[in-house]
Amino acid sequence: MAAKNSATSPKISLHQIFWQFFVVGAISFGGGIVAYLKELLVTRYRWVDNDEFIVMLSISQTMPGLNSVNIAILMGDRLRGALGAWAAALGLLLPGAVIVLSIGLLYGLNREHPMANHVLGGVAAAAAALLATVTWNLGERTFKKRKSLALLVLTFVLMSIVKWPLYVVLAIALPLALYIYRPTQDHTPEQSS
Amino acid sequence: MTLWLQLAGVFSMLSLLAVGGGSAVLPEMQSMLHHHFNFSATEFVHAYSVGQLAPGPNMLSVLIMGDMIDGLTGALIVALAFFIPSSILCLYAGRLWTRIGDTPWRHSLQQALEPISIGLMCSGVYTIAKESLVNWQSCAVALLVGLLLVKTKINPVILILGAGGIGLLGAYLA
Repeated sequence: MAAKNSATSPKISLHQIFWQFFVVGAISFGGGIVAYLKELLVTRYRWVDNDEFIVMLSISQTMPGLNSVNIAILMGDRLRGALGAWAAALGLLLPGAVIVLSIGLLYGLNREHPMANHVLGGVAAAAAALLATVTWNLGERTFKKRKSLALLVLTFVLMSIVKWPLYVVLAIALPLALYIYRPTQDHTPEQSS
Repeated sequence: MTLWLQLAGVFSMLSLLAVGGGSAVLPEMQSMLHHHFNFSATEFVHAYSVGQLAPGPNMLSVLIMGDMIDGLTGALIVALAFFIPSSILCLYAGRLWTRIGDTPWRHSLQQALEPISIGLMCSGVYTIAKESLVNWQSCAVALLVGLLLVKTKINPVILILGAGGIGLLGAYLA
């Protein structure tokens, strides 16, 4: 990916890459970071085109790790090779890291305070609701199809009810899912199920 | 020293197992932190939750966990261990991806991973909800926040801060 297309876009400096990802990392309060990346780097600056972004997104979702960090790595690599990748990831993570550590410091200092548990109780309830909503939105398609719903439920049950270690759950669910979605003879795997 | 190696080991493994993003490894993270570092489930959920107030990827909360285990050194080790392994993998996978081109198996892999990722994320929700929705008050707050998230465009950070405020208010009224 690094070498591809380097002629079509103007050379973007490492400094620019770091800085733009830093901006996204600093303003993306409340999640939805992939949308921020798309808005700023695809729609506004046209560093990559929409099709390329969609490919990057699907690689990011396929590979382990956070989607936003993976996109930063892929986009940085596409623009300026490995150094670009690290500049992008560092820029994306740095502002949040500093802020999260300050919040952690405040939490550490006040966690014995009698009122702390009440505040944190409210914060945790809201965080749970946020995570549930995000999951619901991402999973909407998956919930609606029978095969994928069955795999989803199996994964959940093995992880949360049977409580097997994650690598065991993956070692069972992944081959099974690959078998279910194996390429069919006539054409590419069916899109409908 | 052994503590550092343990931290690095645990979080680099979580990094490589984070199929479908960070929240997919929350259950595994919680049980590993409990086993190796005697982290309570409540501490885990609190660290995760306050981390949601910061901008950037939501899993930056792992830095708070590292900090609670071994101060700033712990946070630094966790940051490197959690973000570098998966990033290296993605960098090379990305280069390979375009070289391999469009094979039917790539589509299969993507289709196969989707329900597994969402299933693991549901487990992540369960891990957090189990520890945070402990009485009717917290359930009511979560329900209200969820409703506002679905129906309005209010920034989640404001809702999280508001929920903290409600928690405080509730304590004074009780």
